Amino acid sequence: MSKISFWLQRIAQLLIVLLLVTFGVSLLLRLLPVDLATILLPVASEEERVALRAELGFDKGPIGYYLQWLGNFVQGDFGKIYFSGGTEEVSDHLKEAMPRSLLLMIYTQILALVIAVPLGVLSAYRSGRRADKIISNSLFALQSVPGFAIALILVIFLGVKFGWLPTLGYAPISDGIWEHSKHMIMPVISLSLGLIATYTRLLRADMITALREDYVTMAASKGLSDSRILWRHVLRPSSMTLMTSAALSMGGLIGGAIVIESIFATYGVGFEIFAAISGRQYIALQSSVAVIALFYVFFNLVVDIASGFVDPRTRDRRVNA
Amino acid sequence: MSSLLSVKNMSINFDTPRGSLEAVRGVDIEIPAGTSVGVVGESGSGKTVMCRAAMGLLQGSNVKRSGTVIFDGHELTAMSKEEVRNLFGSGMAMIFQDPMTALNPVRRIGSQLSEGLRVRLGMSKADALVRSKELLELVRIPNAAAILKSFPYQLSGGMRQRVMIAIAIACNPKLLFADEPTTALDVTVQAQILQLLRELREDLKMSMVLVTHDLGVVAGNTDYVAVMYAGEIVEYAPTTKLFADMRMPYTEALLDSIPKIDHKSGTRLAMIAGRLPDPTDRGAGCSFAPRCKYAQEKCHKEHPELKKDPDGHLYRCWFPIGVAK
Repeated sequence: MSKISFWLQRIAQLLIVLLLVTFGVSLLLRLLPVDLATILLPVASEEERVALRAELGFDKGPIGYYLQWLGNFVQGDFGKIYFSGGTEEVSDHLKEAMPRSLLLMIYTQILALVIAVPLGVLSAYRSGRRADKIISNSLFALQSVPGFAIALILVIFLGVKFGWLPTLGYAPISDGIWEHSKHMIMPVISLSLGLIATYTRLLRADMITALREDYVTMAASKGLSDSRILWRHVLRPSSMTLMTSAALSMGGLIGGAIVIESIFATYGVGFEIFAAISGRQYIALQSSVAVIALFYVFFNLVVDIASGFVDPRTRDRRVNA
Repeated sequence: MSSLLSVKNMSINFDTPRGSLEAVRGVDIEIPAGTSVGVVGESGSGKTVMCRAAMGLLQGSNVKRSGTVIFDGHELTAMSKEEVRNLFGSGMAMIFQDPMTALNPVRRIGSQLSEGLRVRLGMSKADALVRSKELLELVRIPNAAAILKSFPYQLSGGMRQRVMIAIAIACNPKLLFADEPTTALDVTVQAQILQLLRELREDLKMSMVLVTHDLGVVAGNTDYVAVMYAGEIVEYAPTTKLFADMRMPYTEALLDSIPKIDHKSGTRLAMIAGRLPDPTDRGAGCSFAPRCKYAQEKCHKEHPELKKDPDGHLYRCWFPIGVAK
């Protein structure tokens, strides 16, 4: 199988995943033992509700409804949020929330990796010795503190006591990099500490295994320094679990950062979903989940491609399989 | 003749949960310059550990070592890790048993081969790649330019072993440790690799320590043979002398366990009964006594020291073969 057809097949698989996820969510709405039109328009005439049912496809079967929603979704029509006074476009909300969530996720991943990789390398190199024990134990302690607790500690010290950072809100990059960063620092730290612990431990374990390999002794017998062996010879073949874990945590960071988003009022997609659930805005819920699934699948595809470069064996194994 | 490598009273212990494991016990060995010395023994006899320790490649906090190693006038055991490292490549080099696991799976052959040249000899990237191509040609790899761009898993076992040899000889070492270089290869490829090593040794004037469990490999490729058993050297002699006039019952048993072509079909394969003694609990007597068909009471009680024939033939046995009592 050629590389191109392999990737076409991979993309087709991901599209199927997306269709199944969105259909599942769509089906759930139809299984609710309530009349969706009544929920979305609590104070409205029967005529208005009939019109809404027809507009959204509630009068069709589950598949008909799903196809109509999907048709709108791919054209960028994510549906509406219904208020007593009128409606707002879901897409307008997501346009605002999505960049916040994506940036939060990307910064968090970068910070977590930038700290976890050197720590993992160091603790694998010194495994069983003091540096390793200090790193492992402090990360373990850190991991057992939930992110929101860390967030609150940060707010108390950096925000309130010292007044260095704003405790609430979000500033887009267009407000200036400095303003933007000031609002992002605390949420990013709160989200990344747990990941740092996880990533460090995964990398440490894989590197300790790799350090016992013959190719490490071989590299040493060439007269290479320890640091060159660690960074050039051991890190890359040991990073597959880390990359997989990073890919898997992306979904959680995009849609699941609701607690941190609420503490810092960085209203991202997680908060949109929370609002949609509590406000019973089912169309908004369905479209938001679909958007998150879309990004999740996209980032996993990126990691898939990247892992082929990190370890060429996986690439060729897949292509030749 | 002066010694290129001289190992004196080397002992290597590993701390394990079951206690201290004695992998190498008081080994003395000399590698005269320009010669090839075979180290023979069954799996677990300590030959690989001995070689890696001689080169200073044993890592880990659970390793206890003692004894001295002198290479080319440098006392390795008294030098820092960095100083020893500077002797790698151009002084000593090693090729490993399994070419699948000893090459980095995620890096191209070219980068693995040119790395030593750049780090040790300070070559530029371009020069190192040109030299790498020459080295691949030197180890008789056809289509060297394409192989430079390949990953190890894309090559056959024999090719990978040739690449590893090319890496080892890249900086023109004086001494090459070959740790079971042919064990993972099939028989026809084995012969080619041994032939290649022989030729390279002559062309580059390298000395070699050839570690193997196969006396047949030793026969045509070495000047001297050291036989190891349970972490000790039990016999040492010039290769022709050893095969013609062995002293140690263990060597005899090893040789007897090689199947002969004139055996009738259906003949049981000869083997050495029993196993190597527990390396965490060496007994008082001769390590080989429990498996030795000549063993007498004394063998089980007293540990034999190395004895020396007038011609330099060393053996560790109370009742050596071919010596009238």
